[in-house]
Amino acid sequence: MIYVTRRAEFSASHYYHNPDFSPEENRRIFGKCNNPLGHGHNYIVEATVRGAINPTTGMVLDLKELKVLLEQEVIQLMDHKFLNKEVPAFAEKNPTTENIAVVIWNLLAPKLAHGELHRIRVYENPDLFADYYGE
Amino acid sequence: MMVYLTRRYRFSAGHRLHNDALNAEENRRVYGKCNNPNGHGHNYLLEVTVRGAIDPATGMIFDLVALDGIVAERVLDKFDHKNLNLDMDNFRTQVPTTENVCLEIYKLLRGPLEEAGAERGLLLERVRLEETSLNSFEFMPERAGRRKGKG
Repeated sequence: MIYVTRRAEFSASHYYHNPDFSPEENRRIFGKCNNPLGHGHNYIVEATVRGAINPTTGMVLDLKELKVLLEQEVIQLMDHKFLNKEVPAFAEKNPTTENIAVVIWNLLAPKLAHGELHRIRVYENPDLFADYYGE
Repeated sequence: MMVYLTRRYRFSAGHRLHNDALNAEENRRVYGKCNNPNGHGHNYLLEVTVRGAIDPATGMIFDLVALDGIVAERVLDKFDHKNLNLDMDNFRTQVPTTENVCLEIYKLLRGPLEEAGAERGLLLERVRLEETSLNSFEFMPERAGRRKGKG
């Protein structure tokens, strides 16, 4: 089994807020991330696919397939967007790094034609990232 | 839905690799230039990975401010700009190799982090420590059910 990883980047804004909390609770729990006007990050997504090497091609999958999938399913949806307002998956849940990883997994896993999605890693910045293995 | 969240931190510290149970020649042979009696230092890069379920109310597995506070209090404030051999009790009886420092950090963080995140079943999954950009060490407790290839 070989694990193949492809990276993609997108820049987006977000804020954290729960309408069930009072304004005070929102400020206390989410701190500066609660600014309703939003703030932004340069996100990096790593999609790792697991599979056997095809003896004819020497490859687990055509990396272009993964590149195009990331572009179509993730970058076009999230790049230069306000995640809370413009990405339906975050209409009712916070676009935290954790939730972004889960949402990207759910977008990619059913569309992958070769190999098995192993891990989605999302970096909010170089010092903070979330991993999701679909479990 | 289990998510693994990793946060990176930095501290700088001095150390010397030396074991009193070995003679001077053995120490030089085993530890090489790291045995220099005057010590030397590194910019350490620490990665702390916690594992937990996403709280549907917040979208988070753990409060990052709380994570930063615990790591600062238990590790960074104690290790940063210190001589690991001489300033700290943790390395009186063990050599401050990065293996031992990594394990020590895991032990220092596990209780406070898992207690603070108990409500969501938070686990300290992994501590990874880079001594330089060319070498790193990590400790993950053996747990039943960990999927092969995770990490």
